[in-house]
Amino acid sequence: MVNLNVNIGNLSLKNPVLTASGTFGYGPEFADFIDLNRLGGFIVKGTTLEPRQGNPYPRMVETPSGMINAVGLQNKGVDYFIEHIYPQIKDVDSQIIVNVSGAGVDDYVEVCRRLQQHTNIKAVEVNISCPNVKQGGMAFGTTCEGAASVTRAVRKAFEGTVLVKLSPNVTDIAEIARAVEAEGADSVSLINTVMAMAIDVERRKPYLSTVTGGLSGAAVRPIAVRMVWQVAKAVKIPVIGLGGIMNGRDALEFILAGATAVEIGTANFINPAVTVEVIDYIEDYCTRHGVDNVNSLIGALDY
Amino acid sequence: MKRIIVFRIVSNTALGSNYTLMKLTPEDNAELPDTCPGQFVQIYVPDSKSTYLRRPISINFVDKKSNQLWLLIRNAGDGTAALMRMKAEERLNIIMPLGNGFTLPSDGERKLLLVGGGVGVAPLYALGHKLVDGGYRPVFLLGARSESDLLMLDEFKALGDVMICTDDGSVGHHGVVTTHEVMNGTFDRIYCCGPMPMMKAVANMVRNSGAECEVSLENTMACGVGACLCCVEPTVKGNVCVCTEGPVFNINQLTW
Repeated sequence: MVNLNVNIGNLSLKNPVLTASGTFGYGPEFADFIDLNRLGGFIVKGTTLEPRQGNPYPRMVETPSGMINAVGLQNKGVDYFIEHIYPQIKDVDSQIIVNVSGAGVDDYVEVCRRLQQHTNIKAVEVNISCPNVKQGGMAFGTTCEGAASVTRAVRKAFEGTVLVKLSPNVTDIAEIARAVEAEGADSVSLINTVMAMAIDVERRKPYLSTVTGGLSGAAVRPIAVRMVWQVAKAVKIPVIGLGGIMNGRDALEFILAGATAVEIGTANFINPAVTVEVIDYIEDYCTRHGVDNVNSLIGALDY
Repeated sequence: MKRIIVFRIVSNTALGSNYTLMKLTPEDNAELPDTCPGQFVQIYVPDSKSTYLRRPISINFVDKKSNQLWLLIRNAGDGTAALMRMKAEERLNIIMPLGNGFTLPSDGERKLLLVGGGVGVAPLYALGHKLVDGGYRPVFLLGARSESDLLMLDEFKALGDVMICTDDGSVGHHGVVTTHEVMNGTFDRIYCCGPMPMMKAVANMVRNSGAECEVSLENTMACGVGACLCCVEPTVKGNVCVCTEGPVFNINQLTW
């Protein structure tokens, strides 16, 4: 029997597989395909204080081994989430992590304060890396001061585990990671999408209503693995790795690079059962390699 | 309930150079899930390096007797071209059924018009069958660029009265569907699937006619299950996912 349990701060995960925000809805969307109870955790759609309509259509374009999206944090707001969604998922035998976004620091604080009232929300993922909103989002995640200011405020407002999701659209991601670690983040998750653009040359128009968007999918994986490796060496808090994980092998790349847990994102769109397949693969891999505890694989890159 | 099903291709027949009619049956011979006309499937394309996401395709017909799923595929790019090249006995991984189908006529609604454009005729075949089974005799108005783009004409003719329009006048009425005289008739319910300009033109023409009118949208989508929020359409309720709230919408819900 392989021990797949990992800890992110005080948050215990039965296995290292989480779902990435914005790719798994609130969870029930995938209940026809997998047993949600099997997940290490699920990170629900980016939630803001007020409802948001998101960006105009078209919001997505397929690109080589990936896709660019510009959804722009469409969601019904934290109160709707608490009233209508939370009751549907609070008893899932997994960890609910709410991805939180805001236009200003006060927004993040207020969303976290409202989530705090609900005992089965033991963790938040602070999104300072959304490339698709005009205010807040990535603006906080691209400077050490911005990242630190949001982390500091959320740390004060939320007693549970605080994950901070980092943007790859920076010169030195390790520096940002150190800044949020210094402000008390329990973990950093990376990477959010890579700012990108695609053009319809026949029409001479951008494919997205917002011109630019965020690239995800297998195309970004080598960049994400490199960044996870760099950040894991730079901080002492656990790192959560994501970016283009399509299968169990890909997930292990991140774990060997130093990730304590992984998030599966775009792959959910292509194979809605991918998460449990990744969990099973990791267990088989451990067995195959004579590993009885998945924690011994974290950062176990041989080089 | 939505399922991931591995299908065996029974046949994949060319309809001219730009379309195929693919018939599939579950590899394990399990009974196909119940579906409604207007629902769609998401196909994983196994043999196209440039295709990353699944391809959403309308259900053309489900033949309960032979346990077959029928799909009309148009060459719309690398992904669909790869699907068109597939041969009998090859396997396809498909998620189905997805979305909501057309609303069947309510009591007293007898005059039904089904307007299809190009490959948009696909779901109207399943719908036509369902209506005929319910004792209705639907009228089909089918438009296409040219004669070679008119699909499954014989099958439609077996279900009801068929009017034809072509943009180039190669067969039937010369012009777009909204210029066909049948559009001046009175109908209780109109179902429409085709290119966006066609659906908008039909919607605007019939909006105040007293007929209920439903259209089927095909906004670009990634997941097909309401998770990614990419395929949104502005509606009177705000942006909603075409994959889960549609793809069929009453035109009164839309902001056209």
